[in-house]
Amino acid sequence: MAKLTVPATELMDAGHLACQGCGAALAMRLFLKATGPNTTLVIPACCWAVITGPMPGTCLKVPTVFCAFETTAAVASGVKAGLRRRGLGDTIVAGFAGDGGTADIGLQALSGAAERNEDFIYVCYDNEAYMNTGIQRSGSTPPGAWTTTTPPGLSKVTGKKDLPAIMVAHGIPYVATLNPSFPEDFVNKVKRAASMPGLRYLHILADCPTGWKHDPAKMVEVGRQATTSRVWPLFEVVNGRYRMTWQPSNPTPVRDYLRLQARFAQLQEGEIENMQRWVDDRWNDLRRRCGEEGTAPLGGARAAPLRVERTPVSPPKAPITPSGGPLVPSSPRASSGPAPVPTRSQTPSSGSRPPETSVELPRCYKMDKPCDGSCGCLLPGGLCMELFRMSSRHL
Amino acid sequence: MPRQLLSGNQAVGEAVRLARAQVVSAYPITPQTTIVEHLAEAVGSHALDADFITVESEHSAMAACVGASVAGARAFTATSSQGLALMHEMLHWASGQRTPIVMANVNRALAPPWNIWVDHSDSMAQRDTGWLQIYAETNQEVMDTVLQAYRVAEDPTVMLPVMVMLDAFLLSHTYMPVDVPDEATVDAFLPAFSPRDRVDPGATQLFGSFSPPSLCFMELRHAMARAMDRAQVRLVEVGKEYSQATGRPPLGLLDEYRTEGADAVLIAAGSLAATARDAVDRLRHDGKKVGLIRLRVFRPFPTEQVRALGRRFPVIGVLDRSFSYGSGGAIASEVRASLQGERSPRPKVGSFIVGLGGRDVRPEHLVKLYRRLLEGHAPGEEWVGLREGT
Repeated sequence: MAKLTVPATELMDAGHLACQGCGAALAMRLFLKATGPNTTLVIPACCWAVITGPMPGTCLKVPTVFCAFETTAAVASGVKAGLRRRGLGDTIVAGFAGDGGTADIGLQALSGAAERNEDFIYVCYDNEAYMNTGIQRSGSTPPGAWTTTTPPGLSKVTGKKDLPAIMVAHGIPYVATLNPSFPEDFVNKVKRAASMPGLRYLHILADCPTGWKHDPAKMVEVGRQATTSRVWPLFEVVNGRYRMTWQPSNPTPVRDYLRLQARFAQLQEGEIENMQRWVDDRWNDLRRRCGEEGTAPLGGARAAPLRVERTPVSPPKAPITPSGGPLVPSSPRASSGPAPVPTRSQTPSSGSRPPETSVELPRCYKMDKPCDGSCGCLLPGGLCMELFRMSSRHL
Repeated sequence: MPRQLLSGNQAVGEAVRLARAQVVSAYPITPQTTIVEHLAEAVGSHALDADFITVESEHSAMAACVGASVAGARAFTATSSQGLALMHEMLHWASGQRTPIVMANVNRALAPPWNIWVDHSDSMAQRDTGWLQIYAETNQEVMDTVLQAYRVAEDPTVMLPVMVMLDAFLLSHTYMPVDVPDEATVDAFLPAFSPRDRVDPGATQLFGSFSPPSLCFMELRHAMARAMDRAQVRLVEVGKEYSQATGRPPLGLLDEYRTEGADAVLIAAGSLAATARDAVDRLRHDGKKVGLIRLRVFRPFPTEQVRALGRRFPVIGVLDRSFSYGSGGAIASEVRASLQGERSPRPKVGSFIVGLGGRDVRPEHLVKLYRRLLEGHAPGEEWVGLREGT
């Protein structure tokens, strides 16, 4: 286990208005632990415009400037300039915006600030939809995810806007992806960003149990699965040089990540395979950028990862229940049985799944025998707890 | 006080340099561009010690100014027309955050069709955003008004942003002699910006946040309304203080020209007033009793002063260089509203729409209007200078 490097300082109080299991709340808490008290936040319209609580209360122990939806990067530029003029240039100014405010409406101001290499940290906490307004699709919504504006029949079939790559293309000094389920990696990256001048861009996975439709108690687990399945790779780009900061030694199937969340419940078999290919291609692309050997050229599935013939299915009906019961229509691996966790070839070729190798099954904690999925101890989405533990044992 | 030959835009730039603005953030648009060019040069040559943020839009220009002002720096931006329209959302943020930003707006028509010439549609459309609006008649007034604007805006009892208007080309690109106050005089008149509330790293502070209906939203808006009232008083006081400091004549909310015993007056804002002065001179020369009311401050609107005018003149004509579709000329509407409740006989108020999109307004046009006003002709709405058969 990695040495605990997360500071004990708390600059965020427990009394806040986030939903249960909010990844954005954990992201803020970890972020402020790493930047410390000499931080000034700039927050646009997003979940965090509400999480602080109504005036005059706040859960944040640092100055917080609220701003219009699309202006985070512009206001942060101004705040930094103003503080610099007052001799307070060492204060860390940080924009803290959602994916809608970053990928969509705020991209212009962000691009301008990045081109000018303004001296602040821009955080995009990516919950992959407009969650504060009630789960509408954004440019950062992944393909196949249910939202209120991508109902069945109107699914998002295009990919997710690649914000880190867009920011790298601006030539800024630091870009990184972060995941609150990996707190040491998270804090290290924020600290590294805080130690550098210029515009630093941090792209944080922010689980939203309300919008992703899963048990709020599983937030950290869903986050882990996002990275072990390579859906949310952890890397950093220092002055244009890519580096993977953590890699799963035994990557888990994307299917497992998808099945944890009812927002993906509508996905059919072929679509899940396409999603796997989409993730594989992106992963391949990332490895290539990291300069890793044996990487294959890109496949063609990236442009339209979900374009398959399909029949209409029902939307996920189950809302979040206070008791945190299963949120996904039960479909416990019926077709594939007790699927072993596949080990992906290090050189997956595009367009086809790499060969899967069986590994030793763990013992089921409930039935005290090799796990075959018959115990029924399933997570929402049909994932066996033991299989999940095994897939994330390296954590 | 040295006298210089300055364009309106140069007068803005020099005033901002003298005001020691600390953060300038702007985006180019004709005919404002030479203001930011002037300021870029001033910052580049260290004549102005400021951060110059070359943003990617007017929306971001105002956003950066709001950020800088909240952080405690004196901020400036300039724009025109489409740029001001794009800023609309941020104008509310600037006043709502109580950031005393000063902005020069070079009055220009809004497209379509494209038109870079003067009219007041751009700023009149922003009259409800919580900004003070002051219309300059000459380049000297541009200089004086920008300096006074910071004093009024940053007054602890006001803390509202100010928009200083100058007409496209007629002022922005026209050279006039301008008395430029020296730095020591300005420094004494305009102390450094030091607001009570500004970002204080290490403290627990909120700038903005949210308020449900029952909390404080309406009270904050009420506070803005009262601050606007105080701004009206401060505008006059600061005008006098500036006059004492510089020896320039004091500028108020409105002023009168040859109104003694007038049978009819015109109300005009911006460079139209200069044209109207010429028309008044011609008619007075012919023995006609006409005068001019020059409206300098549109927001806060000088309601009481206009009511007083209504008791003195039987016929009032209002020149509007903009139009509110489905209603009428913005200034005429305000004048008529101000006169409501007055005991009869109330004056006749005529509304004339002139000079949209830079359509030329000459003294002889206004001489004709005055003659008709003297005949008691006060139209509800009349467009002046339309081409026949178009």
